[in-house]
Amino acid sequence: MAQPAAVATPPPKAPRRRTATPRRLPYLLIAPAGLLMLGFIAYPVISVFYYSLQNYNVTKPWRNGFAGLDNFRRIFTGDDQFWSTLGFSAQWVFTQVSLQLVLGLALALIVNQTFLGRGISRAMVFSPWAVSGVLTSTIWILLYNSSTGFSRYLADAGIGEYGTSVLSDTGTVFWAATVTELWRGVPFFAILILADLQSVSKELYEAASVDGAGRLRQFFHITLPHLRDAIILATLLRGVWEFNNVDLLYTLTGGGPAGETTTLPLYVANTGIEGHDFGYASALTTVAFVILLFCSIVYLRLSKFGGDHK
Amino acid sequence: MTAVLTEKNGAARPSVHPGGPQPPSRRRTGRERAYDDVPRWQIYLPLGLYLLFTLIPFYWMLLFALRPAGSTALVPWPMTGEHFSKVWNERSFAVFFQNSMIVGVATLIATTLVALAGGYALARFDFKIKGAFMLALLCSQFIPGALMLVPLFEIFRNLQMINSLWSVVIAETVFQLPLSIILISGFIKNVPVSLEEAAWVDGCSRFTAFRAVVLPLLRPGLIAVGSFAFVHSWNHFLFALMFLSEQDKQTIPVGLNTLIGADSVDLGALAAGGVIAAVPVVIVFAFIQKWLVTGFSAGAVKG
Repeated sequence: MAQPAAVATPPPKAPRRRTATPRRLPYLLIAPAGLLMLGFIAYPVISVFYYSLQNYNVTKPWRNGFAGLDNFRRIFTGDDQFWSTLGFSAQWVFTQVSLQLVLGLALALIVNQTFLGRGISRAMVFSPWAVSGVLTSTIWILLYNSSTGFSRYLADAGIGEYGTSVLSDTGTVFWAATVTELWRGVPFFAILILADLQSVSKELYEAASVDGAGRLRQFFHITLPHLRDAIILATLLRGVWEFNNVDLLYTLTGGGPAGETTTLPLYVANTGIEGHDFGYASALTTVAFVILLFCSIVYLRLSKFGGDHK
Repeated sequence: MTAVLTEKNGAARPSVHPGGPQPPSRRRTGRERAYDDVPRWQIYLPLGLYLLFTLIPFYWMLLFALRPAGSTALVPWPMTGEHFSKVWNERSFAVFFQNSMIVGVATLIATTLVALAGGYALARFDFKIKGAFMLALLCSQFIPGALMLVPLFEIFRNLQMINSLWSVVIAETVFQLPLSIILISGFIKNVPVSLEEAAWVDGCSRFTAFRAVVLPLLRPGLIAVGSFAFVHSWNHFLFALMFLSEQDKQTIPVGLNTLIGADSVDLGALAAGGVIAAVPVVIVFAFIQKWLVTGFSAGAVKG
């Protein structure tokens, strides 16, 4: 008679798989995301690859058809605009990412300190992160405006000349656009780096300062190595983002003056949308995509992302 | 629910505030200073300069929006609402605002739900195509949305969704998904699986266990992901510009762009439109900014 008691005592068997279809469950869970991405990312990408081998122009339908590698030949041999916009893209991405990194790192280190008013300062310096490219353009157009903008008040104070519009002068437009983009780009870096700073152990700093390491050495020997992966990832994501994103330059300068601030994606958009030359735009897209992927892989390799350096 | 949040925040970064006020007895002789004993001016001077850089543009926009047309005063006084009523009524910002709200909220809901399912699968299961799925998520980060405009336009035209706000909702959700899934699966991995198992033992189904045990702990992460989705779709410009050509379907960024491109730019109206565009994101931002850093440190970087 002891048997039923013995059967009753063992803890209730853990119901390992309560769901009826454990094997199918993960697939069901990723299905919505997977289908959306197949339909609205994978399919458009494939169609871009496909059209890059076609002549496809709604305004010249008689020429539509298979083109082979003609579009690519045209890009690399006969298209000066491709090279100049690619050059500008490279300059833009490099300037933005390096300046945003330096300023964002400095900003994160500052607001990571303990000081009076830290919470509100953080909120204020991070706030441009939430502002759109179009709104950023709006704000800075008001600032740069030659008759009522900031420069007018500077001119009142004897700095600069009246009536200068930094956005229509080829000599100043690059830096005007750069400052504008920095305004909303730096907070992104600062937020990411600050997030990673939270996980540096305080003991390391205390040990280092007991050993007599100054703040500068602590920064280079503790903080920077710790932030390494976060910085590599943030610069890569941001670089790709700065390369691809067009709404700020589109609304601020429209790629002008005289094509001076046209990035490769902006050129592609103009070719495809305004020029209706979708075949050629697709080929440009393919080339841009390959360049981006290649640069990213090289960057990750060179920076030894995720290596055991800690 | 606030209790859970505070607790989680507190646990996530115990090192920030080393236990309230510092004991004054800490030795600080010569170079043996603790790391955060930085001279005050080295904090406040650069911070102050940066704050000026951040805030002057905002102030400038407010100034233009509030002072009467033609005024050059540096203080918005006498104050006027003329620009706001003009933009809101004559330039249809009332309609744009409503459209942007619909797009933003719908994108938020869709992104969070779909990413929650996908993130849970990635965090808790091993399955055959997991690696391929992760790779696809990462690769999609390199695809410029701007360059997908034309094929997407063709898709939506075939679906007869041009000039429907849902085309923009779908496009925004799709491009928001990869990062959201990666973030959420990072958050879910941080919740010990044993908590869920304990709930199963108590007789909960997987779904109930998830809702009762995991979901409350995900709140900071979900707030981060959801607000990302909202802010992103509120701000995004190109999809709305391309897919919505009828004026009563357009969104705020498109309306702003129209104001910028007007033949003679009405700066007061432009500034007022900018303020209207900024208000919702500023409110969302003020609400979430405390969790933003925590959310990132839990999910993104270590994801």
